[in-house]
Amino acid sequence: MSAATTTMTREVPPKSGLRAFVDKLKGGDEIAHLITLTAAAGIILITSLLVLELWRTSQLSRAKFGWMFFWTKVWDANFDNFGAAPFIYGTLVTSAVALAIAVPLGLASAIFLSELAPRRLSDIVSFLIDLLAAVPSVIYGLLGIFIVVPLMRTTLGPALKKVLGFTPLFAGPNYGVGFLTAGIVLAIMVVPFIISVSREVLLSVPREQREAALAMGATRWEATWQVVVPWARTGIMGSVFLALARALGETMAVTMVIGNNPQISASLFAPGYTIASVIANEFTEATGDLYLSALIELGLVLFLMTFILNGLARILIVATERGGGRPA
Amino acid sequence: MSEPRIMWRKAVNAVMLTLTGVAAFGVVCVLFLILGYLIFNGGHSLNLNFFTQLPKPVGETGGGMANAIVGSLKLLLLAALMGLPVGLLAGIYLAEFGGKTFSFIVRYTTDLLNGVPSIVIGIFAYALVVLPVKHFSALAGGVALGIMVIPITVRSTEEFLRGVPNSMREAAMALGASKWKTIVTVVLPAASGGILTGMLLALARVAGETAPLLFTAFGNRYWGQGWGQPIASLPVMIYTYAISPYDDWHRQAWAAGLVLLMLVLLSNLGARFILARSKAV
Repeated sequence: MSAATTTMTREVPPKSGLRAFVDKLKGGDEIAHLITLTAAAGIILITSLLVLELWRTSQLSRAKFGWMFFWTKVWDANFDNFGAAPFIYGTLVTSAVALAIAVPLGLASAIFLSELAPRRLSDIVSFLIDLLAAVPSVIYGLLGIFIVVPLMRTTLGPALKKVLGFTPLFAGPNYGVGFLTAGIVLAIMVVPFIISVSREVLLSVPREQREAALAMGATRWEATWQVVVPWARTGIMGSVFLALARALGETMAVTMVIGNNPQISASLFAPGYTIASVIANEFTEATGDLYLSALIELGLVLFLMTFILNGLARILIVATERGGGRPA
Repeated sequence: MSEPRIMWRKAVNAVMLTLTGVAAFGVVCVLFLILGYLIFNGGHSLNLNFFTQLPKPVGETGGGMANAIVGSLKLLLLAALMGLPVGLLAGIYLAEFGGKTFSFIVRYTTDLLNGVPSIVIGIFAYALVVLPVKHFSALAGGVALGIMVIPITVRSTEEFLRGVPNSMREAAMALGASKWKTIVTVVLPAASGGILTGMLLALARVAGETAPLLFTAFGNRYWGQGWGQPIASLPVMIYTYAISPYDDWHRQAWAAGLVLLMLVLLSNLGARFILARSKAV
């Protein structure tokens, strides 16, 4: 035994730095570390490359139009005159309509699932809602074209006009396609995200908060609305931002029901256009470098909008789950 | 406190709580409406031809989408080959090797990439693959979808690897296994159910993506001529057929929608099934 140990020590000479590193490599740990590190760095590389490519390929348009790109209302490929205003307007309006419908609906559902429903029922319903989130957007578009658009033209639109027609929002001719239809389809698409994130946030509110409110004689609703929801406020805001980021970038369903007309109109019945849908429609037909470059600049604008919103959303959600956005 | 005040508060309580239930019920109904409509409309139009024949020229009725089904599968294969390994390895890095600052940056970038609208990913793949060779290709579509697969795989892989108890790692190392041997033979197998689920969900998500394919894989009314040429896919077919003016194309769009939705929903259910089983073991 002792002889073996002495021969062992005699055979292994003191290692130089390089030899030690090679030996470690043979052990496999450093190789595995290196390979996985490369993959992780690859993600950073891909993302930076994405930003770089958008910046580079939109160079022509940025140089020609500068900041005026955002204010110009004209989109004319024949005269090489491109402005983003109608598309930015359309993107913001459809998303606003979507949120106006989806936030109350989503928050109410999340309250039901976290506060009222028995755990089993809540889990099943949440599962179904997750499935809803998995439905591809082109299918929402398909249903939009063949169900929501006719419904808007024949029933929903005229009814809204009768009740709210005196406001500019619901004036003007109703074609079935337009901002409102796109907003409704978008609302259905983003509601699952609001529900699943808000439910998680509401469930993370400490039980004592509810019990304290109930012990003070509050009704179930008062405890929920005045104590639990304010506690979870920041996280719920986060879920709304997340949904907004989704709505801004959503392409197919909107393209299929918005009417594809680059105009700024106060009426929600009017056909419009969004950033994502103009890219989807015109990218393959874009003749001329400036045309393509302008479309890519629109893509850059869309990227920046969602980038900022996602960042905010993440900060808010993390902040609540770390110990509560205590009500002020 | 006066009697009417309490009555009022109780009434508000009852009304509002009922409304929340109605809202949740309504949202779930939407899912069943979607399913019902697609099964009703698509079921009518679905036949054997849909799976075996090529699209007919404009104006002729009949034909199918065999090329689009195969095309979608090919694109998914490309996406899986490109996206899954990167996602898996980066996930392993974050869970097993990562330091503090660099891991934070990687995680943040992954979330950022996950939030990029799919149409913007399409532009990126266009600039990267289509522009240099000047024509649309299956490869470009695969790149676009592959990029979208990465962030979802990373996050789920990391999450499930972190779920493996440290005692298992320590047991393996105490037996003399090196770190990578511990990861490959102990940690990965223990988390395999969850990791597979994540991968399946990632593929299911990109299977329905249309926007990034419009100007990368483009579309094709015939069998594709290889990876370097434009290729048909189910989502793009649904889009083109749905916005066309032809009734017969609408009929086929419904059929394709049903097939696509079933594909996506079944993979979602399958993924959850795998997860439930692996947890039970």
